[in-house]
Amino acid sequence: MASIDAGIGREPTAVGWPASVPMPYVVLAVILLIMPLFASDFVLFQIFGWTFILGMIALSLMFLAGYAGMVSLAQMSIAGMAGYMVAIFGESAISNISLGWPWYVAIPIALAIAVVFATAIGWLAVRTEGIYTIMITLAMASAFFYFTRQNYAIFNGFSGFNGVLPPNVFGVDWRGSTAFYYLTLFWATLWFLVVLYVSRAPFGLALQGIRDNPRRMAAIGYNVTAHRVAAYSFSALIAGIGGILLTWQSAQISPGTAGIGPVIDILIIAVIGGLRHPIGPFIGAFLYVLLKTFAVDVLLSVGLSGDRFQLLIGLGFLAVVFFSPDGLLGLWERFQTYRKRDRLLDAGGRDL
Amino acid sequence: MSETLAISDRLKATGTENALELRGVSKRFGALDALADIDVSIRPGERRAVLGSNGAGKTTLFNCITGDFLPTTGSIRFFGEDITVFPAHERIRRGLRRTYQISLLFSGLSVLDNIYLSCRGVSRARFSMFRPHRDDAVMSSAVDLMRVVHLEDSQDTLVSELSYGQQRQLEIAMALSGAPRFILFDEPAAGLSPAERTELINILTGLPGHIGYIIIEHDMDVALRVAQSVTMMHNGRIFKEGLPEEIEQDEEVQALYLGGEGGLGHG
Repeated sequence: MASIDAGIGREPTAVGWPASVPMPYVVLAVILLIMPLFASDFVLFQIFGWTFILGMIALSLMFLAGYAGMVSLAQMSIAGMAGYMVAIFGESAISNISLGWPWYVAIPIALAIAVVFATAIGWLAVRTEGIYTIMITLAMASAFFYFTRQNYAIFNGFSGFNGVLPPNVFGVDWRGSTAFYYLTLFWATLWFLVVLYVSRAPFGLALQGIRDNPRRMAAIGYNVTAHRVAAYSFSALIAGIGGILLTWQSAQISPGTAGIGPVIDILIIAVIGGLRHPIGPFIGAFLYVLLKTFAVDVLLSVGLSGDRFQLLIGLGFLAVVFFSPDGLLGLWERFQTYRKRDRLLDAGGRDL
Repeated sequence: MSETLAISDRLKATGTENALELRGVSKRFGALDALADIDVSIRPGERRAVLGSNGAGKTTLFNCITGDFLPTTGSIRFFGEDITVFPAHERIRRGLRRTYQISLLFSGLSVLDNIYLSCRGVSRARFSMFRPHRDDAVMSSAVDLMRVVHLEDSQDTLVSELSYGQQRQLEIAMALSGAPRFILFDEPAAGLSPAERTELINILTGLPGHIGYIIIEHDMDVALRVAQSVTMMHNGRIFKEGLPEEIEQDEEVQALYLGGEGGLGHG
């Protein structure tokens, strides 16, 4: 019996969970928690707030692509749907459309609609594989973009909704830089941990099995289609929270929020960071936000036109994909392997 | 009314019916008759070897039975239940299992994860968001199966890093997960060393008596030791059926099988 227990415990169960958390995570957590002590409002709200939000939306893609092998370009649209629904059911400056319901009603409805939307997208997309999944989800993302731009009755067309603000729960102004920083940090951490946890639960393992071999999954009793669709539904919760926070951050949502550019940016973020581990999307988002924020200054300082910042992002993307198909995470792992190699045997550790 | 039906269904499922019954099964790929009018009946607990040269239709037969694809015509009954058009996962949940000729494993997952997934696939909570608990029954049955095929030392090894023989053993473990009633083994001994073959024969002959199986095997030594009856296939048709001794002595079989493909493992 004791040996069976030993077989089950993947992490060393003899030590409690605090001791089993890797040191880099502890350091990172402490730095992130005390960040407001020394960081400026701009860094907290614009750099980190945005990083956590984009990281969450990219995390929903990492969950689909990294575990279930389905690259969906519709994750930004799902986030946008949640943002729109919060504006429509909650309060905004467009008072003739917004229903003005309280946040504790509007937010669950918004998330539920985002889940239904994602489930419908998934239900159509899971019948396809590889490049065709990308195509069909891109088609649906485009459809969502053009629909929101042309529909004035519900989505208020081109201008969308402004004045969408977070509720004053506990008397806190959640759009204040420190409060917003902790709000986004909380949700990003929560989803990071949930995805990490679910990856070892039957649902997450089944998705990884489907990624490796869908035919065999059916041959050991799994309904592969149902699992794939459920993965889309689950990813909508992550993307939906990200979309609501994104709407609050800019206090507005419009068709451009989920336009083709942002849709593809989410893919770039996830790929740059790495699809193998849920930390990847956040690394990718951090780099993306830094580039997007400071590329103009860098370009101007070397005498180039500032509006060429997309060029820098594109070159960065190319460099990462060229040198490491696994994204920055892959580079890090290779560095670790290199560092741990046995210098005497000079074999790189891998072949031993 | 519905209760009467349920009882008769249950009676069927407990063994008054054949474990597997194929009637007029054929499978056409374009102009090719991969299977033509196959009739097979196998009693519960019966162990059958299917022999035949490459292209005889053996693996196609397996694919039709497990639902990897549907037969063009004919019907398939599993313990009395018509499963002809069932999706693969529904057949597996009814107690059918199979191994693959070329290992189809989850290469990005560990050995234990592979076995755990196959155990979880035929039990409840396949969608569970909660990690298996310390005394999770499915996990402990996965650990037991891992021991049956002697892979406990490789528990956390990624499948992509296993040796060929270990992958074959893992295939067997995954086929034994849950409560199998009938198993299809597709060339389980292919590529195994003599010692591994002996181990395989021990596992097969040591299976509980109620578990029947069909084994596709080129190695006559293995096939004839683990089977009670033999079906010879040729060009998508059943060529001969009988006891192992009969088939071994049959001149037509020797001419076709042993003569046709020089020295196929008969020694």
